[in-house]
Amino acid sequence: MSESDDKRSPRQLMLGLLFGIVFGFLLQKGGVAQYDVLIGALLLEDFTVFQIMLTAILVGMIGVFTMHALGFVKLHPKALKVGPNIIGGLLFGVGFGLSGYCPGTGATAMGQGNYDAWFAALGLLAGSYLYAEMSRKLDRTLGKWGDRGQLMATDLVNTPRALVVGAAALVIIAALVVVERV
Amino acid sequence: MSTHTPVPPIPLWRTRCRSAAPRGAILVLSILALAAVASAARLPAVAAIAVTAIADAPVRGEPAWSPYLVGALIGVLSMLTFYLSDTPIGVSTGYARVAGMLGKVVAPRHTESLAYYQKTRPIVDWEVMLLLGTVLGGVLAAGTGDQLTGEWLPPLWAATFGPDSQALRIATAFGGGLLLAVGARIAGGCTSGHGISGTLQLSIGSWIALICFFLGGAAVAFPMFRG
Repeated sequence: MSESDDKRSPRQLMLGLLFGIVFGFLLQKGGVAQYDVLIGALLLEDFTVFQIMLTAILVGMIGVFTMHALGFVKLHPKALKVGPNIIGGLLFGVGFGLSGYCPGTGATAMGQGNYDAWFAALGLLAGSYLYAEMSRKLDRTLGKWGDRGQLMATDLVNTPRALVVGAAALVIIAALVVVERV
Repeated sequence: MSTHTPVPPIPLWRTRCRSAAPRGAILVLSILALAAVASAARLPAVAAIAVTAIADAPVRGEPAWSPYLVGALIGVLSMLTFYLSDTPIGVSTGYARVAGMLGKVVAPRHTESLAYYQKTRPIVDWEVMLLLGTVLGGVLAAGTGDQLTGEWLPPLWAATFGPDSQALRIATAFGGGLLLAVGARIAGGCTSGHGISGTLQLSIGSWIALICFFLGGAAVAFPMFRG
């Protein structure tokens, strides 16, 4: 977390803005700034979201692990905290279903002209502050449940990383084929 | 004890101001206001960029680009953020920082005393700019593709809850947004931070969170729309 405090140079601020513009542009062009498409994913009736996410994961995974193997980038794996991942994940999901957006697609929808997304964003601001109010207590309780550090699938097996990434790539491609045929 | 923590020198707009919050909040709000005006008035100066727009005529409501193309480009974008910014894409923290900046305007000491804002400072940083950029990217893409909606009720919502359900929609969007933020902060990320950036690094916690995102969402969407 503290490393993000370094990302305040003019160069990094400009890069952040540029990356955001590209991200929002792509999400809108992909149709996932639309409430109907996002809810369609939750109803398992519209598979655009899954196709975009799985393809992004596939390309990003191969790219980032390759660049890491070549020494170009550092990895930033997320923490495995079983309790928070599940409870926070489910809460987030309920919010996803109610608002019909997630933080990134909601921001894109705001730009796209969906006025309801502006209220989702207000809710996101309020919820963030509410979390901050509870953060000390949550850190001491729920935050500790099932904390296993930054565990990656590549740490689970005693195999070269490239093999694990390759296997994951095959699984993702298989999932994409299944989704395409549904 | 926290009132006089030394502040590192910040470039550009912040030379003498001891607290970054008010100016940061003003910057954020003004960029958002700009985006709101642009998208509401459908004025996109963006029209100029329409020249470069992809030469397809998108049917309203249909995604303009193939999901595989969009997904692959988001994958490449992730590679670039790792390489050039040493940061994975993650949008939800931007909201948290903005909320903290607004909180600092209203209650500076209280906001600074909160555990979360001591770790994740309420300042304009890469993540806040990413969030703002995402809004602008939405304006740009919708403007170039003639897909600016300017609507209060999404079609599926209007078909289910009626054309006069604005108040219900606003309440649901706000409440949903609130839960999104609390959930994302507890889980440690959102659909982008966990769902794309974490999963692509094969983080186990991210895959668990991503599955829970969709489980929780389906548990709400089915009764709402197919109940």
